[in-house]
Amino acid sequence: MRLALKKHSVLPGFGMTLGYTVLYLSLIVLIPLSVLMARTATMPLAEFWNTVTAPRVLAAFRLTIGASLAGALINAAFGFVVAWSLVRYRFPGRKLLDAVVDMPFALPTAVSGIALTAIFAETGWLGQFLFPLGIKTAISPLGVTIALTFIGLPFVVRTLQPALEELDAEMEEAAASLGANRWQTFWRVILPTVLPALLTGFALAFARALGEYGSVVFIAGNKQLQTEITSLLIMIKLDQYDYAGATAIASVMLVASFAILLAINALQWWVARGRLEGA
Amino acid sequence: MSATAKSRRATNDPLWLRIVLIGISFAFVGVLLVLPLVVVFTEALRHGLGTYLTSLRQPAAWQAIKLTLIAAGISVPLNLVFGVTASWAIAKFDFRGKSLLITLIDLPFAVSPVISGLIYMLLFGMQGLFGKTLAAWDIEIIFAIPGVVLATVFVTFPFVARELIPLMQEQGNEEEQAALSLGASGWQTFWRVTLPNIKWGLLYGVILCNARAMGEFGAVSVVAGHRDRTNTVPLYVEALYNEFNAPAAFAMASILALLGLVTLAAKTYLEWKLQNQFRETLEPAAAEV
Repeated sequence: MRLALKKHSVLPGFGMTLGYTVLYLSLIVLIPLSVLMARTATMPLAEFWNTVTAPRVLAAFRLTIGASLAGALINAAFGFVVAWSLVRYRFPGRKLLDAVVDMPFALPTAVSGIALTAIFAETGWLGQFLFPLGIKTAISPLGVTIALTFIGLPFVVRTLQPALEELDAEMEEAAASLGANRWQTFWRVILPTVLPALLTGFALAFARALGEYGSVVFIAGNKQLQTEITSLLIMIKLDQYDYAGATAIASVMLVASFAILLAINALQWWVARGRLEGA
Repeated sequence: MSATAKSRRATNDPLWLRIVLIGISFAFVGVLLVLPLVVVFTEALRHGLGTYLTSLRQPAAWQAIKLTLIAAGISVPLNLVFGVTASWAIAKFDFRGKSLLITLIDLPFAVSPVISGLIYMLLFGMQGLFGKTLAAWDIEIIFAIPGVVLATVFVTFPFVARELIPLMQEQGNEEEQAALSLGASGWQTFWRVTLPNIKWGLLYGVILCNARAMGEFGAVSVVAGHRDRTNTVPLYVEALYNEFNAPAAFAMASILALLGLVTLAAKTYLEWKLQNQFRETLEPAAAEV
C-alpha cells in the first residue's frame, strides 16, 4: 500500500508528515468548507433561487462584479505601466517604488478602508476637490471601485514583472530591424508575449476583489440597492440570523471564485505547454 | 549609425516616454498606496500627541491588543508547524495526488474573508452543526475567543507552506541523503541540514502569516459578532470609527499601519537575502560546468 503511494526514498518521516498534513488540512479547511456546500445542497431549490435572485442580492452581485472588473481593468493598465517602469528603467527611488507596491498586502484591510474614506469622502483630503466637480468618490460605485483597485494592484504588478524580465531583447531588435516602430513592436511583439501574465494578474486581482470586505465597507457607505457589496450582504444576513440566506449567497460567490481559480490554472498550464513546444 | 546604437534604439524607449511612464507610476502608487498611510498617521496625530496616547491607553484598547496577540500567537505557530510538515512531505517525496494537495493547501486564499468566518458559524454557531451540543456542554466558540482564533488560523493557513514548498523542492534531497548516510538521525538531519537551508524562507512566510493574522478583519468580524470582549485591534478600529470617534480609530489604526511598515521592510530585506542565497547555491553548480 505504501509502496503504491510513493516511490522509494531514503528520507524518513513520509507517513507522519503526510498524515499530519492531510489531517490538519481536513480539520481546518476541507471539513468546514464542505459543510457550506452540504448546507447549500440540502436547501430546497426554490428557496435557494429566491434568495440569490432577490433584487437586493442581484444589485449586490451587479455592483461587486462590475466594480471588481473595473478595478482589475484599471490595474491591468496602470499595473503594466508600473511593472514596465520597474523592469525596464533605472531611476532614483525605484527600489522604494518596488517595495511600496506590496502595501495592500501589508496594510490590514480595515486600516486601508478608513484611510481611503478619509481621502475620498465628501470632506476628505481629495474628495473635497472632486465632489464639487461632480465626481463622487465615496458612497458610490466609484468609491467601491477605488477600494478594489487599491487591493488588486500588487497582483498585476507581481505577475507581470517576471514575464517582462524574461522578455527576449532580440525579438524586439528583430522587429525593429524589420522596420517596426516602437509602438508597433509593443502591440505586435511585446504585448502578445506577456499577455498570459497580464491576464493571470488581471484574473487574480478580479478574484480577490470579488471577495473583498474590509477595505470596501467604509468607503461604500452601504446604501441598500446602491452600494452594498456581496460580502456585506452575507454579513447582514448573519446579523439577522438568516444562516440559510447567507449560505446561499456565499455558495454562489465560492463557486465563482473557484471557477476563476480554475481558469487561472488552465491559463498557466496553457502557457507552460506553449513554452515547451516553443523550445 | 553603428550596430550597438541601433539595437539600443530598438529596445530603449525615448527619454520623454520614460519620464512620462515613471511619472505615472509614482503618481498612481503615490495617491493609491502611499497617501492612505500618510493619512492614517496624520489623522491619528491631528489632535496632538496627548490625545493620541490617551486613546491608546484605554482599557478597551489594551484588551483588543491582547486578543490580537493571542490570535496571532496561536495561529502563527500552528501554521508554521503545518507549513514545515507539509513541505517536507511534498518536497522530499514523490506520491500520487501531490498537485491536488498543493491546490487544496492554497484554497483559503481563494475564499472570501467573510465566507471564511461563515463556515465556522455553520459548524459551531447556534444554528450550526454542533451548535446544540456545544450549548449543552456550555462551550462557547462563536462570539467568543476560540472562534476568533479559528477564523485567524483559517485565513493564514497557506502562508508558510506556500513559501516553503517551492524552496524545498528547489533544494532537492542530496544534502539530507548525505547526512543520513553519515549516520545522522532523521531529526538531526532536519535540525542541522534542512532547517538552516530554509530559515530565510521560513521567516519570510512567518512574517507574512503574522501580518495577516494581526490584520485580519472580515473573517474575524463574522465570528466575533460585534461584542466588546471579542474585539481584535482591526475590529476595535471599526467600532471606534462607527462611534464617530475618528481620532481614536486612527490612533489604533496607526499601530496596525506601523506593523504593516515593519512587515514591508522585513519582507524586502528577506527577499534580498533569499536572492543572495539562491545565487550562492547556483554558483558552485556553475563552477562545476
